[in-house]
Amino acid sequence: MTIDWAIVETAIPLLAKGTLVTLQVSLVAGVLACILGFVLGLCALSNMRLLRGVVLGYVDFVRGTPLLIQIFLVFFALPVIGIRLSEIWAGIAALAFNTAGYIAETVRGCVGSVERGQAEAAKSIGMTHPQILVSILLPQAMRPIIPPLTNELISMTKSSSLLSVISVYELTRAGQAIISVHFVPFEIYLLLALYYYVIIKTLSWVSRRLERRMPVF
Amino acid sequence: MVSQVHVRDLVLTARGLTKTFADKTVLRSVDLDVARGETVVIIGASGSGKTTLLRCISHLESPSAGLVDLEGQPIGRVERQDGKVRPATERELARQRRGIGFVFQRFNLFPHLTALDNVAIGLYKVRGVPKAEARERAAAQLTRVFLGEHLMKLPGQLSGGQQQRVAIARAIVFGPVVVLYDEPTSALDPELVREVLDVIRMLAREGMTSVIVTHEMSFAREVANRVIVLDAGAIVEQGLPAQIFGAPREPRTRRFLEHFRSSLVNAEQSNAQGKPDTKN
Repeated sequence: MTIDWAIVETAIPLLAKGTLVTLQVSLVAGVLACILGFVLGLCALSNMRLLRGVVLGYVDFVRGTPLLIQIFLVFFALPVIGIRLSEIWAGIAALAFNTAGYIAETVRGCVGSVERGQAEAAKSIGMTHPQILVSILLPQAMRPIIPPLTNELISMTKSSSLLSVISVYELTRAGQAIISVHFVPFEIYLLLALYYYVIIKTLSWVSRRLERRMPVF
Repeated sequence: MVSQVHVRDLVLTARGLTKTFADKTVLRSVDLDVARGETVVIIGASGSGKTTLLRCISHLESPSAGLVDLEGQPIGRVERQDGKVRPATERELARQRRGIGFVFQRFNLFPHLTALDNVAIGLYKVRGVPKAEARERAAAQLTRVFLGEHLMKLPGQLSGGQQQRVAIARAIVFGPVVVLYDEPTSALDPELVREVLDVIRMLAREGMTSVIVTHEMSFAREVANRVIVLDAGAIVEQGLPAQIFGAPREPRTRRFLEHFRSSLVNAEQSNAQGKPDTKN
């Protein structure tokens, strides 16, 4: 099999717009997922049983159903209850809700595994449970949180290719558009793989640097 | 000199403190009164319930039964208008506990905060003292325990003895009614024990009401107004240090102190022979 270099040359600029959308979607969804994930993760450690139950139920749902179904649910089911989102925002919302569930588990695990004496010392100076979580335990859990958090964000960035099914014009969708015109699947999918690889590699490089800059306790 | 306790102005009372873990009773209906300015030392074999007693007093561990009062105010329970009693919520407990300073065996300093903020955080997060003032008061306490030069260091940059002194500053910065010390020198290298004991002694002599669990017998003898001997979760004997160490009445006290003496002698002998002290 030979590679049709002419089509590769044509495709590179055409994929640029898709790349940009993938980056935008991943960035916005990533930030939202982190915010929601950290909040949910801390709520999962709350001493209010109801709050814990709600979060655990949420995580259970996110983990127990395919992302593709969740994307369809947000895109097709939300309009039924009157919430109408554009394709791209529906996609971002689905990715963020999904990833937040996983991040919540990571945060819960890492914050919960900070040595027990820390919480006791904080209690002994009169701190309340939420204060202990936020001011004492969370800062100490940040470094161990980063590697699994990066995994979630990488996984989410790759999953953003699923948004092509609700016609978000991201990288995969852009590639498919080229394929449907020129019918050169091999070259284009190879190119897509390379594009994703570079995006992910950059993300993990940033994460490494961030982790190294975190203090060890 | 140790300040004399003229009137027994009780600041801490525990009645019938009992703690049962799953299948094991660690504390059997212990009564304890501590007067203002008093230094009470609790001794006993490991597993006798000393640590559990302190933890139950401060309600870091909820006692299975028994009542604790600090300056006449209940700890760990709320007495309602109609006379009924219910357990305190976490938030109420956090407030009730404010009069108790606790010093842990393993220091438990917050590793991500400087020595200064370890002491100040309770003031600005819990008591609502403005940050600048909180840090000023924290610095004053750290200077008091001879750490004025180490304010901006992280716990990881301090020796064990220094860390424990930061922990003591953290416990006293609120001006607690009583400080509970849970084996404050057990996790320290032998050469660092002294600086910590010196600080505890200094505070006690300045009138800080203290309850100290320790294995340092000569320190106990010197600093205590009263020594309590605990065995199998119950108080066997209590009295003046001279009586407990000089003329113990109870066979169990005698046995415990005997064991201690022999291990001390062993330690001295092995040190004399130039061997490292392996006693544990």
